[in-house]
Amino acid sequence: MKYVDEFRDPELVGSLAAELDAVVSRPVRVMEVCGTHTMSIFRHGLRSLLPEELQLISGPGCPVCVTSAGHVDAFISMAQLDNVIIATFGDLIRVPGTHSSLDRVRADGARVEVVYSPMDGLTLAGSNPDKTVVFLGVGFETTCPGIAATILEASRRRLDNFCVFSAGKIMPPPLRALMQDPELSIDGLLCPGHVSIITGTGAYRFLADEFGISCVVSGFEPTDVLRALIMLVRQINEGRADVENAYSRVVTEEGNKQARAILDTVFELEDTPWRGLGVIARSGFGIREEFAPWDAVKKLDIIVQDVPEPKGCRCGDILKGLCLPPDCPVYGKRCTPLNPIGPCMVSSEGTCAAYYKYTM
Amino acid sequence: MKTILLDHGSGGRASQELIGELFLRYLDNPILHRLEDSAVLESQTGRLAFSTDSYVVDPIFFPGGNIGELAVNGTINDLAMRGANPLCLSLGLILEEGLPVADLEKIIASIAEATKAAGVPVVTGDTKVVPRGKADKIFINTSGIGVVEPDCEITADRAREGDRIILSGSLADHGITILTRRAGLEVTGELKSDTMALHTLVGQLTRELPGAVHTLRDPTRGGLAPSLSEIAAAANLCMVLAEPAIPVRPTVAAACELMGLDPLYLANEGKCVALVAAERADEVLALMRSTREGSEAAIIGQVTAEYPGRVVLKTAIGGERLVEPLSGEPLPRIC
Repeated sequence: MKYVDEFRDPELVGSLAAELDAVVSRPVRVMEVCGTHTMSIFRHGLRSLLPEELQLISGPGCPVCVTSAGHVDAFISMAQLDNVIIATFGDLIRVPGTHSSLDRVRADGARVEVVYSPMDGLTLAGSNPDKTVVFLGVGFETTCPGIAATILEASRRRLDNFCVFSAGKIMPPPLRALMQDPELSIDGLLCPGHVSIITGTGAYRFLADEFGISCVVSGFEPTDVLRALIMLVRQINEGRADVENAYSRVVTEEGNKQARAILDTVFELEDTPWRGLGVIARSGFGIREEFAPWDAVKKLDIIVQDVPEPKGCRCGDILKGLCLPPDCPVYGKRCTPLNPIGPCMVSSEGTCAAYYKYTM
Repeated sequence: MKTILLDHGSGGRASQELIGELFLRYLDNPILHRLEDSAVLESQTGRLAFSTDSYVVDPIFFPGGNIGELAVNGTINDLAMRGANPLCLSLGLILEEGLPVADLEKIIASIAEATKAAGVPVVTGDTKVVPRGKADKIFINTSGIGVVEPDCEITADRAREGDRIILSGSLADHGITILTRRAGLEVTGELKSDTMALHTLVGQLTRELPGAVHTLRDPTRGGLAPSLSEIAAAANLCMVLAEPAIPVRPTVAAACELMGLDPLYLANEGKCVALVAAERADEVLALMRSTREGSEAAIIGQVTAEYPGRVVLKTAIGGERLVEPLSGEPLPRIC
């Protein structure tokens, strides 16, 4: 496959792995922020090629994983309303709330449709004029411009049976919160590739400047990740804290201004709960007042409850990189991909799911 | 007759009309023709294999086939995976009121074509019609009976350390075709189901190379990963796959990449995976490749004792990872 195979070339991977091995001279702890990194690293068996002294810790960058149980409960209660159709990305379907999940209420008769684009929600609304379609807006800076554009389109068409429940989030505030956590000890960050396409590499400058953390933006293919790790370990070795870009074929310093303008038109930042991390100030995309007719919270009068984390589950600590999935008392026992307790197990990009699926 | 009505399942005149004008017209043979309550088969010598499967695929028509031929080939393949020579099938239809008769006719015609091509007749059948909304257009159940030669033993627990793992052709064609259709994704390039009966291929293997094949599976729903996991568990051995050796068509690989799906977990409807004694692997591969069904066969891995009960993938980039059985339906990702 063109533009994919080149980045999975075994010879190139072999020489990059050898180079990485040569630059790692002491124990190094690196956090890969993004869930797609976690999955790619596991799927390609990259871990088995990394030097033993390089420890990778998975960060809070899986949008499904950090969606709070209170939000999932709200999704479920909306799905149970008469005349509501839920339109959602597939990986939210099995996420456990407090008592149920979308796939369970679907089995009980709720209408929950898996879509591939928020715009599919508009089509659903068009073909079900007597129902209200609620799109579950979960994602980061990468996904949310598409959701914002959908709200703009709904408003242009004056579609009154479509709305969005926005649980969208931005990446920098939780990274700041993590850096301020005295328990966390990491040497460098592998910064997300997709998010950076929108935000630009400038968004991580504060991590280097204020916290002295070495940062490299990385793509998702094996050679991307290895190259970024080599750059990151070199920075760490040299005692530098900089933001470098190893994904320059798509990521720029300033990012995608047009996408950010659409985000700004539709959303405003609000305080929002993150699973495992608690409420983080100005980290969520709330829908602006002028788009209230398309805001599910207002349209359907939804109240998001504050829900405690499930007992025994250490997803919060795992998201912070404080422990690995096998350290969690419920991992692999009560908590498996078929019966997930914590969100890190249910999403295909969750750290626990990746460990469970791919580790021997 | 334009659409299926509840009357067509009543057992009365409308049912007779459907049987006469549609089912017998396409599927007629001396045993079915009698329309008795059960088919009586001539006495068979040897051990009988018996299998059943239900087909509820949506969409019912897809590139490369439809639910009808899937129901024929699927059950024939289940019989063949034990080394059985399939003799005959039953055909149970559950129709949703309002199904266009033209659609049913298309499906029955392709069942007729598939059974004729396979040489495995439908000898008994049943039709029920349920009210609109109580089923999705058409559900099909087929059961099949086959005969297993006396010295033929093909089971999961016969897998041995050192066995080679041979796949009869490209992976994931059926699964990705159905999923892209369902998602309404237009993928350029040719994606089509691989639905195909494999009993002729298996018959040739068991006749010409007796004893060479230890285990056979058709990696249908759930794909290759769970099939191999089952064998690994039954034999308490480790299945080690070489990712670059696994044949996946470029279009299928691209569609999987796009949707965030793994070809190891997608359905196949015309492929088998064979565990073969190492010293006979080349002969088996050559024989498979000489057939239409197995022309793209490849050795994709081997059986070891390293991680008993597990499937391990040596990845294309030279890494190694576990292949887990399967947890729930494959779900497309957010980003």
